[in-house]
Amino acid sequence: MVAAVAAIVVQRNLFAVVVLGGVYSFLMASVLIALDAVDVAMTEASVGAGISTALLLGALYLCGAEEAQPIRRPWLPLLVSLVTGGVLVYGTLGLPAFSDPQAPIHRHVVPRYVNDAERETGVPNVVTAVLASYRGYDTLGETTVVFTAGIGVIALLRRRRRKGEGQ
Amino acid sequence: MRHYLVLRVIAKLVIPFMLLFALYVQFHGDFGPGGGFQAGVIAAAAMIFYAIVFGLPTARKVVPDRVAETMVALGVLVYAGVGLAGLVLGGNYLDYFVLDHDPVHGQHRGIFWVEAGVAITVSGVMLKIFYMFAGRRSSRDDE
Repeated sequence: MVAAVAAIVVQRNLFAVVVLGGVYSFLMASVLIALDAVDVAMTEASVGAGISTALLLGALYLCGAEEAQPIRRPWLPLLVSLVTGGVLVYGTLGLPAFSDPQAPIHRHVVPRYVNDAERETGVPNVVTAVLASYRGYDTLGETTVVFTAGIGVIALLRRRRRKGEGQ
Repeated sequence: MRHYLVLRVIAKLVIPFMLLFALYVQFHGDFGPGGGFQAGVIAAAAMIFYAIVFGLPTARKVVPDRVAETMVALGVLVYAGVGLAGLVLGGNYLDYFVLDHDPVHGQHRGIFWVEAGVAITVSGVMLKIFYMFAGRRSSRDDE
């Protein structure tokens, strides 16, 4: 994964960058499988490596595959991203140890989900039970977000096209 | 892509299985990994593959723009409709226990329809965005 990221940073050909992004997503999906998060891994593989690669390639087809030379040297953005990354890494030092059963997140509602989900919903996959039933409102909101984003993209692209037809 | 015979034959062989896998992920999501979101993406990917190999106009004949646009809104409406059905049957919004005499069956039914709504919206959005991206170059050439 580190090699993929380094290659993405160095590479100037955007086609290679998109393909390397897909490679990175697949590696990330394998990491998530190793962490026993199969549902997330599946989403990462299908969305990150599949659909978004296809859409980015479609965008490249429209705008050319070579990265433009930056006008100025991007020192300030680099500094901002390094500082943000550093703060996030510092934040992980305060997290409970990996797979610590006494961690707060495992003592609040998780025991109820893990113990009662199958009896209450009849669905063996706890992830699906939480997603669709216990946290139904959140998923409704998520679906609405996808809907809104899709409508926004459609509205943006379509207006441009109509203007072109009118001229 | 009109002349890539191997690609066209392979695509014809593979696409039905991709759609079948999407349905499997959709309906097996209760038992294994998967669910509406992943299934919607896989179904949209199958259609995008079809569009890449056989050309955009052919794909637009199979799933017209209007259908994709309708799917975008329909999925959210299905999801919200499940919630309203709970209200009508005397429960809270998005309360699945009242959807059947047996509360566990009600949960099953609610989750099924909710996941269906998610899948419909996601695949509609993905397909429509791809159509718009792929259609821009050709509409610009027409001008």
